[in-house]
Amino acid sequence: MIEVRDLTKRFGPKVAVDHLSFVVQPGQVTGFLGPNGAGKSTTMRLILGLDHPTSGEATINGKRYAQLADPLRTVGALLEAKSVHTGRSARNHLLFLAQTQGLPTSRVDEMLDFVGLREVARKRAGSYSLGMSQRLGVAAALLGDPQVLLLDEPVNGLDPEGVLWIRNLMKQLAGVGKTVLVSSHLMNEMAVTADHIVVIGRGRLLANASTAEVIARGSGRSVLVRTPDADKLTALIIGAGGSVVPGHDGSPAGDPDDKTPMLTVTGVPAARIGELAASASLVLHELTPQLATLEDAFLELTSDHLEFGHRDAAAPTRATDGSVR
Amino acid sequence: MSVTGEAAAGTAQVSPSPAVAQPGRSAGFGHLLASEWTKIRSVRSTIWTLVAFVIVTIGFTALITWVVDANWNGPHAAARDATAIADPTSIIFGVSVYLGQLILSVLGVLVITTEYSTGVIRASLLAVPKRLPMLLAKIVVFAVLIGILAELVVFGSFFVGSAILHSHIPVSVSDSGVLRATIGAGLYLTVFGLFAMAIGALIRHTAGAISIAIGVAFLLPILAGLLPDTSFWNHLVGYLPQQAGSLVYQVHIVKSQTVLSAWEGFGVLCIWAVILLGLGAYFLQRRDA
Repeated sequence: MIEVRDLTKRFGPKVAVDHLSFVVQPGQVTGFLGPNGAGKSTTMRLILGLDHPTSGEATINGKRYAQLADPLRTVGALLEAKSVHTGRSARNHLLFLAQTQGLPTSRVDEMLDFVGLREVARKRAGSYSLGMSQRLGVAAALLGDPQVLLLDEPVNGLDPEGVLWIRNLMKQLAGVGKTVLVSSHLMNEMAVTADHIVVIGRGRLLANASTAEVIARGSGRSVLVRTPDADKLTALIIGAGGSVVPGHDGSPAGDPDDKTPMLTVTGVPAARIGELAASASLVLHELTPQLATLEDAFLELTSDHLEFGHRDAAAPTRATDGSVR
Repeated sequence: MSVTGEAAAGTAQVSPSPAVAQPGRSAGFGHLLASEWTKIRSVRSTIWTLVAFVIVTIGFTALITWVVDANWNGPHAAARDATAIADPTSIIFGVSVYLGQLILSVLGVLVITTEYSTGVIRASLLAVPKRLPMLLAKIVVFAVLIGILAELVVFGSFFVGSAILHSHIPVSVSDSGVLRATIGAGLYLTVFGLFAMAIGALIRHTAGAISIAIGVAFLLPILAGLLPDTSFWNHLVGYLPQQAGSLVYQVHIVKSQTVLSAWEGFGVLCIWAVILLGLGAYFLQRRDA
């Protein structure tokens, strides 16, 4: 179990982690979500004792990381940043780690077999592909058969096969009762992997709930509308206090050959849109309330908390001219 | 409820359970020494630096003594011949130890700074989160490795150099001060390497740390030579790491130019190294990795 209590980290004037508190339970995969720069990696580094908190604390099974007697036998970590000497072989990398914990050399070979690096174990790590490097990172994290795992963006840059491997591994580890905290900025990845989700933005906690709950919380908020009278309907919806975005992100449920313009409406329920259209005698081809995906829920949660980039990209804009195409 | 209910469908072995040693028995300092030994021997830079150290140190002793021997009584050689007669060990060690210390300084810096440049420091500190035992193990492994090699190399240098000089100046380890100077040369090289390692721990960047170490070894002596020859400056310069430390491999110490004896000078270098390593340890503990 990982406990984060009122954790704060400042870098000069910048607050990277802001009074963050949450608990990561064993036996499930906990997704740690947030936009880039939200403070996910910093939080993990604080939990792992690599960075010192400005205030607050993080404990693993009740102890601060630095107090763990044999840390690699308690906690395994896969950090996003590289932590392997490019001139050292995979085998020697794992060997020096194993030696610090008094683990036998046989354990190193066991792990090399497990991640499928035996063939290249004596080659320089600098010659490894991204996927091989990630496998070496996993071998290092699992070396001491730890109860707690922290994985920072583990699927970044991996091919589909590698993504699947990491995904199944995380589920299996949680299945045997381990505590698994995995960070990502990819919502869809977490939707299929995580049982529980902690969302942060600008270092603050935005949500801490089961995956199903986070999805449910954001559902029913938008409506897909198809109408040949897009301009008129848009004006009506905006008049009724709603927002309209031309087009639709997902695959439309209706007739794929229908070239009628699509609108994504938020802030006005489907029933009201139907009434508005009827009152103005506008034709509707489709009127579908959208079940929010985790992605939508996430964007909604984090739209005010983006560290970088355009805020507009995340939040629906009010279409002023209503033009479509 | 979970959206990933079928999570543990494949009940394959997750990770082979480790044939771990006694659970609950913490790994000791001996394990950390083994770990640091694995680290230092498993990168090519160590091997190449040490090979370069052996070749350069013994090679320059052979070259310098050969030049002296070949030009004996030659034109413009009178002053050099006089120096060689008065202090043959300075001919043997002067240039070679000077260059050897540079190579060992580079290695001393690299064993720390490459941990930062490659990111291994994160893996190292996750394994040893108390941090200080890791640094201490690194210091011990480096000191023992360099200490043994440096003594072998300086004795090798001495025998090569004395054999070449033999026809003109007989010099042997049983001569007064020669054994101390030879052992001292190896000790000086070792402690100067540790001094450089401390700079690496403080600066954490390879180029910056090497520049500073070389500055202390090469530039400070040159700058010191430009200072006025007063008691104040002589005292100040006499306590600089390279100036003080190098006394231990000199047989004839010119009293007017030094304020310390051979072993006092070596002690001063050791104090420099200990202070800087202490600072390195302090900042390793304090800073984010």
